[in-house]
Amino acid sequence: MTPRFVLGRIGFYTLIAVLLAFFTIPLLWLVTAPFTSDPTYEVRMPDFTWENFRAVLEHPYALPSLWNSLVLSVGTALLVVLMAALAAYALSRVRLPGRDALLYALLLLSSIITGTAAMVPLFQLAVELNLIDSQLGLILILTGGLLPAAIFMLKDFMDSTPKSYEESARVFGASPLQIVRHVVVPLVRPGLATIAVWSIANVWGNFLMPYLLLSDVEKQPAAVITYTLYTEGGQANLRMLSTFGLLYSVPVVLMYLFVSKKYGFRFHGGIKR
Amino acid sequence: MAQAISPPEVIDGDPSGRRGGYSSDAAGLGRLRAGAFVAPALLLIAAFLVFPALWVLYLGLTNYRLTGAAAAEPQFVGLDNFLDAVANPTFWNSTWLTVQFVLGSAVIGQVVLGFTIAWALRDRRGPLKRLVEGLVILAWILPSAVVSFLWVALLDRDGGTLNALLGIPGFAWLLDHPMLSIIIFNTWRGTAFSMMLYGAALGNVPPSHLESARLAGASGWQQLRDVVFPHIRGHILTNLLLISLWTFNDFSPFLLTAGGPDGRSEVLAVHVYKVALQSGELGYGAAVSTIILLINLVVAVFYLRLLRSKK
Repeated sequence: MTPRFVLGRIGFYTLIAVLLAFFTIPLLWLVTAPFTSDPTYEVRMPDFTWENFRAVLEHPYALPSLWNSLVLSVGTALLVVLMAALAAYALSRVRLPGRDALLYALLLLSSIITGTAAMVPLFQLAVELNLIDSQLGLILILTGGLLPAAIFMLKDFMDSTPKSYEESARVFGASPLQIVRHVVVPLVRPGLATIAVWSIANVWGNFLMPYLLLSDVEKQPAAVITYTLYTEGGQANLRMLSTFGLLYSVPVVLMYLFVSKKYGFRFHGGIKR
Repeated sequence: MAQAISPPEVIDGDPSGRRGGYSSDAAGLGRLRAGAFVAPALLLIAAFLVFPALWVLYLGLTNYRLTGAAAAEPQFVGLDNFLDAVANPTFWNSTWLTVQFVLGSAVIGQVVLGFTIAWALRDRRGPLKRLVEGLVILAWILPSAVVSFLWVALLDRDGGTLNALLGIPGFAWLLDHPMLSIIIFNTWRGTAFSMMLYGAALGNVPPSHLESARLAGASGWQQLRDVVFPHIRGHILTNLLLISLWTFNDFSPFLLTAGGPDGRSEVLAVHVYKVALQSGELGYGAAVSTIILLINLVVAVFYLRLLRSKK
């Protein structure tokens, strides 16, 4: 054991300890405060009460907002998967004129037209089309924003699947939609699952668009309700906020654990936000 | 859809299909059917992505407001909004704060931290690696409305855990140092992507190159500089462009500080929201959005060029 080796070890474990502290400490409040009878901003050992969860159950907008988050994210994911699968399949199999330019333009669009750049026109468009306070309208808007990246990722996936099955299905007289349903979908199922999970995670955490477009508190998702709980009357209701925050966070954590167990967590390129 | 019930097509022409027209397309998707498959997606993209982008260009040239006379009949005012922006100290303040935000949290924070973690864990397997990576990814996937509040609690001047741990009671993170707060917050929240990207990139550096550098007596820093960095230069650039773009457009500073106090953390994303949707100056907000869109365009074109040159 050379001194340099020992120093290296000490350095490594110091670094790991600092990293663990940096990434753990902000989360401590979220896992202790919901179980504490009278939480403050300070992180304390909880006395393991379930009272706060009862308060969330009784809150008029808490559970419905989680339901709204579910409706928005699953609705968007279904539309994104359906439309992206059809489009990606066609773009992968048929040489449409201008296909590559179209794909390039799609990728460019999806990365430059973000919520920030588009909030003014989208708000205005929603007002004009009477889509304010419409969950379906919000689902359509979110779907439009996610589709380009979804098509791009799925096309990559479809390009790498063999065409021979489709050809033989076609010889047996299957229609294109039948071929998509019975031949292509089973082949690209992991790709479809990735897109679905990616869409759900995206919408589940999205704050800006529902905040802008849903003013009816009964239609707002959990992200907006969390923010309302925190700004309500200047005094944050810490019991509600911490407990609700935990309930709102658990589904994405479970989904992440599921995905990383099943497929290995390899999300790259343009995935977040 | 009509395609579903149309009778099965007879294989048109040459089954080997390499010669004529589109008969070589798998599954007999003709151009027309392919168009029908692509159309629903393109329709939504056109309505809610392309149209807003064009509409924002137009709105920025009008005096459109949420209330008052200009709400009913906006007038075309040419470049007035852009001239207003350029003459507006709040706009320049927001631009400067955005530069700090992007440089601080993305270019320095996430890249350095993400690379450090990936480098420290490069040869490791097992629970320690999984624990560190899991926590970093957790910070990334939790909803921003929740984690921003966690940081409000953490950074609170009086009851916040951070001041207690650091032994600096009364240090007003959010009030006196709002930019520092959101930079640290966004570094914490966004490092996962860089960590994963560098983790994958380091896996592609040939171990033999590192080994021979080590045998030649290169120090850790020299190994990084002469072997690792040249090898992953493309990844670093990709990473920089993507996270800069995301950070530039990130709205979560609003959740942490609402742009305050006194606009001292009002980055451009928050600035647009405040002027357009809180004060109702849609035309002016659209002009600032247009500027954001153009900056996004420049970064994205660089990014796509990089992707293409790699293929």
